[in-house]
Amino acid sequence: MPDGPSALQLVLSGDPALFAIVRLSLYVSLSAVALAALIGIPLGAWIALTRFPGRQGVIVLLNALMGLPPVVVGLAVYLALSRSGLLGAFGLLFTPSAMIVAQTVLVAPIIAALTRQTIEDLWLEYRDELTAMNLGPLGRVMALIWDARFSLVTALLAGFGRAAAEVGAIIIVGGNIEGFTRTMTTAIALETSKGDLPLAIGLGLVLISIVIAVNALAWSVRRAGERLAG
Amino acid sequence: MRAPSSELPIEFDRVTVTAGGITILDDVALTLAPGPPTVLIGPNGSGKSTMLRLAMGLLAPSRGRITWGGLEHVPPLKRAIVFQRPAMLRRSASANLRFALRAADIPRAEHARRVAELLELVGLHALADRAARRLSGGEQQRLALARALARDPAVLFLDEPTASLDPIATKAVEDIIRTVSERNIKVVMATHDLGEARRLAGEIVMLHRGRIVETSAAASFFDAPQTAEARAFLAGELLI
Repeated sequence: MPDGPSALQLVLSGDPALFAIVRLSLYVSLSAVALAALIGIPLGAWIALTRFPGRQGVIVLLNALMGLPPVVVGLAVYLALSRSGLLGAFGLLFTPSAMIVAQTVLVAPIIAALTRQTIEDLWLEYRDELTAMNLGPLGRVMALIWDARFSLVTALLAGFGRAAAEVGAIIIVGGNIEGFTRTMTTAIALETSKGDLPLAIGLGLVLISIVIAVNALAWSVRRAGERLAG
Repeated sequence: MRAPSSELPIEFDRVTVTAGGITILDDVALTLAPGPPTVLIGPNGSGKSTMLRLAMGLLAPSRGRITWGGLEHVPPLKRAIVFQRPAMLRRSASANLRFALRAADIPRAEHARRVAELLELVGLHALADRAARRLSGGEQQRLALARALARDPAVLFLDEPTASLDPIATKAVEDIIRTVSERNIKVVMATHDLGEARRLAGEIVMLHRGRIVETSAAASFFDAPQTAEARAFLAGELLI
C-alpha cells in the first residue's frame, strides 16, 4: 500500500480534491433523480390510469427497463452525444451534463415503474370516491400523486440509490476527467486500479455515508408525514 | 344538453344490469322523488348497492334507461354518495372536506366557513386536524357524510352507512341522516338492518334477487306487507 494519509484522515481533513468529487457526484445524481422524477412520475401515473392496447406489454417493458445495464446505457448515450450522433450538436459528451443524461435514462424507468404500481394500487382504493366527486382526469392524477407522496419517496430513493452507486454509464459518457467529470464511483474504480486504496476507501466511506444519510432523512420525512396525514 | 334545475326525480325505466352472465338487477322500474328518506332493503346480493350506483351514475344499465330530472347522462353535480367503506384521503379531516369543496367548484373564499359548518354538523370540529385515516370507524363514516354534503347535494345516497358500527356510532350517523333529510335533501339509503329502516324510512323499496318485490310507505310496509317475500323478511326468515 503506498505511503500517504489514511482513508479516515482524508475524510476528516476535508481534503479539497475529495470534496470536489463528492460535490460533483451529488450534483450529477440528484439532478438525474430530479429529471427522472419529472419524467417518471407523470409517465407512471398516466400508465396506471389509462387503458390502451398493449398496456400490459408496456408495463412488462417498463419493469424490465429497471434492470438496464449501465454500460449499455452509457454506450447508447455515448453514441447519441458523440459528434456524429443524434444529439452531437449540443457538445455534451465528456461533461457532467452527459453524465446527468445517462443517469436520467437509468433512473427514469425505476421511478416510472414504481410510480405506476403505487398509483394503480391507490386508484383501486380511491376510484369510487373520485368518480363520485365528478373529478376530471387532471384532478384525479394530482390527487393520487399527492396522496401517494410518501410512497413515491421510496421510488425516488430507489432511483437515487441506482444513480449514486452507478459507474458503468458515467465513466463512458463522462470520461472520468479529473476535476471535471470525476465522481465518487469513477474515482473509486480508478484509484483502486492505481493502487491508491486510502482514497478509494475514503470515497467509499463517504458514498455509503451519504446513501445512509439520504435514506434516513427520507425515512424520517415519510414517518413524520404519515403521522400527520395518515 | 341543458342541465336540469334539479336532478330529481330519478327514474329507473325497466333497468337490467348483467355482469359476467349473471343478472344483478332484472327489469327494475322505480321513481325516486323529493320527500322523506327512501330505504332499500333486502338480503345481501339483492341488488341494493347496484341500485345506488346506478342512481348515482357510477354504473350504466345493461338494458333500460335512467333519467335525472327527465334527462339522461346528467353529471353528478347535485348527487353525492357515501359508500359502505368510504376511502379516506391521506389528509386531515378538514383537508378531506376542502378537497371535496374544490372538486365541487365551491369558491375558495367559502371553504373555511363551509368546513367549519360541516365539521360542526357531524360533530367532528375537535378532530379537524386529525389524519382522516386515523379516525375511528364511526368518525370516518361521519366525515364521509360531511364530505358528501360538501357538494351541497339535492340527493344523498347512503350504502349501508352504519354497517359494522356500534350502537353509539350508529345513533350519531342516524341523527345526521335525520338532520340532512330535514334540510330537504333526498336521502336514498340501502340497509339490511330492519330496525334502522323502521327508524329512518319514509318509503321502503324491498329487493330480492335483483327484482323489486314491494314498494310502499314505510308504515304500511311494516304494518301490512303485501308480498310473501316481505312478510318472510320481516319475520326474520332467511330469504335465499
